[in-house]
Amino acid sequence: MDRGILVKDFMQQIKRALAIAKKDIQNYYKRGPVIIFGFLTPLFLLMSFLIGRELEPSMLIPSLFGMTVFFSATSIGPAVFPWETRTKTLERVLSTPITLWAILLGDVFASFTFGIVFSIVPLIVGIVLNVSILHPLILIIVIVIGSFCFSSLSVLLSVPPTDQPHQIMMLSSLIRFPLLFISGVFVPLSQLSDFSRFVSYISPLTYFTDISRWITTGVSFLPVWVDVLVLCLFCVALLGLAIILHGKTIQKRL
Amino acid sequence: MSEVAIKVSNLKKRFEKIQAVNDISFQVKKGEFFGFLGPNGAGKTTTIRILTGILKPNSGDVNVTDINVLKQPSKAKEKMGIVPEISNVYMDMSAWDNLMFMGKMYALPKEQRIERATKLLKRFELYGRRNDLAKKFSKGMKKRLLICMALLNRPEILFLDEPTSGLDVESQRIIRQIIRKYNEDGITVFLTTHNLEEANRLCDRVAIINNGKILEIDTPETLKLKSKKIQSIDVKFDKVVELNALKSELSIKSAKKVGDLFRLYTNDQHTLFCKLVDYVREQDLRLLSVKMLVPSLEDVFVQVIKKQKMGAK
Repeated sequence: MDRGILVKDFMQQIKRALAIAKKDIQNYYKRGPVIIFGFLTPLFLLMSFLIGRELEPSMLIPSLFGMTVFFSATSIGPAVFPWETRTKTLERVLSTPITLWAILLGDVFASFTFGIVFSIVPLIVGIVLNVSILHPLILIIVIVIGSFCFSSLSVLLSVPPTDQPHQIMMLSSLIRFPLLFISGVFVPLSQLSDFSRFVSYISPLTYFTDISRWITTGVSFLPVWVDVLVLCLFCVALLGLAIILHGKTIQKRL
Repeated sequence: MSEVAIKVSNLKKRFEKIQAVNDISFQVKKGEFFGFLGPNGAGKTTTIRILTGILKPNSGDVNVTDINVLKQPSKAKEKMGIVPEISNVYMDMSAWDNLMFMGKMYALPKEQRIERATKLLKRFELYGRRNDLAKKFSKGMKKRLLICMALLNRPEILFLDEPTSGLDVESQRIIRQIIRKYNEDGITVFLTTHNLEEANRLCDRVAIINNGKILEIDTPETLKLKSKKIQSIDVKFDKVVELNALKSELSIKSAKKVGDLFRLYTNDQHTLFCKLVDYVREQDLRLLSVKMLVPSLEDVFVQVIKKQKMGAK
């Protein structure tokens, strides 16, 4: 096929993905309880960290960044596919010229936006606590990559072809919470045992938190370029896997 | 340029133990109003889902306006509009936002989206409610909105799955009138329905499907004529006539008395009518009333389904 047509088709699919993202935000994210939850969760997490502990703010903020972006970007995304299976709106979308990868990318864009918006909370907390941001540009880049990565994880979590959102949310919690504990959020990588550190490498959150520590303290366990590279690889792998697995299960949803 | 809008070849679809579509082949001409009739679970919706590229068949081929739906689904979908049986609009979005969203799915430029959505909403009498959330709409309004969404991309083929099912008379009338008008303007319509009277009134040709197989495919009138066993003539004489004598004189196998009428069954109404005129003259009778009865599409439908069941036994 002509390269120009391929590029045009690709760009049209990207525009459709953006329309899916806008629709998702309108239907699932732009709701009072969701937004309040999005703002309150990092504040509750902050309190749970602070109460009874003598923590340096520069050590606290990276963890708060990690948890906030991770939870925000994976909170609603897993439920969108089962919900749309249930209401048959997925069938409506599939009857249009959009491809499956563009639908998934649209869902990722919506989660990604949510993750980005709520990353403002730890940033404000950091400013209030007088934490210096040593590498602001890297911070922006890592929030973008991290949010995209966790959003890709969220669409991967919605692969099982159920029309019951609560089932997927349960599965999602079963995966998200253990990830939080093995990713060096509560204890820095340098203080973990060899085995725990080895396990932590399977989580994308590990690399995000490691970079966040470097941004506020100037010290990271892994070289920053390795953290960024691995996060990028996770983005590709998680989204790619989500597209392949959704491709296998999509017919069971109809 | 082919004159065929839809070409289906040896289509099969199986869901675990159920053969939902069993080796069906048919064609729909461009501009045709095609009806797809069958009882519940006959395979109508599965067929429509395969034709529209939503569901993949186990085997067979589907071409829509010369585009292979299985190989180029996105390109084929650009040519279609689909009105599903269930109201799968986004309930928490307004009618207008639902249409704008669909316009983006079909990659329509903004001006076109706005212009077409405005026209469609006015035509389907929804413009005044365009900013209301879809969840506030009645069933009929939701169905009209679904049709607007299906027509936004100006499709060459419109697939309608039970479009008037469960709607009030007024909504049914509006929908039928407008769909008929779109068909007259050149859109090919593929309609599945339980409503045989609706199919009879709207369709140029109909296919009857049951247990995943197409049993008959023809124009409604030809199907009625084909169904010879249920053609009859109702006749009333001025004098008493004995039923068996009448059957014997007219050489017919089946006749019965219905009130003060005789119902004479035949597979050739013309010949029977000629014989009847001769009989009346010979017996010095007067015909008080004569009525040629042809079967309704419903009669044909029932007969075809019954015949298949008998065959299966």
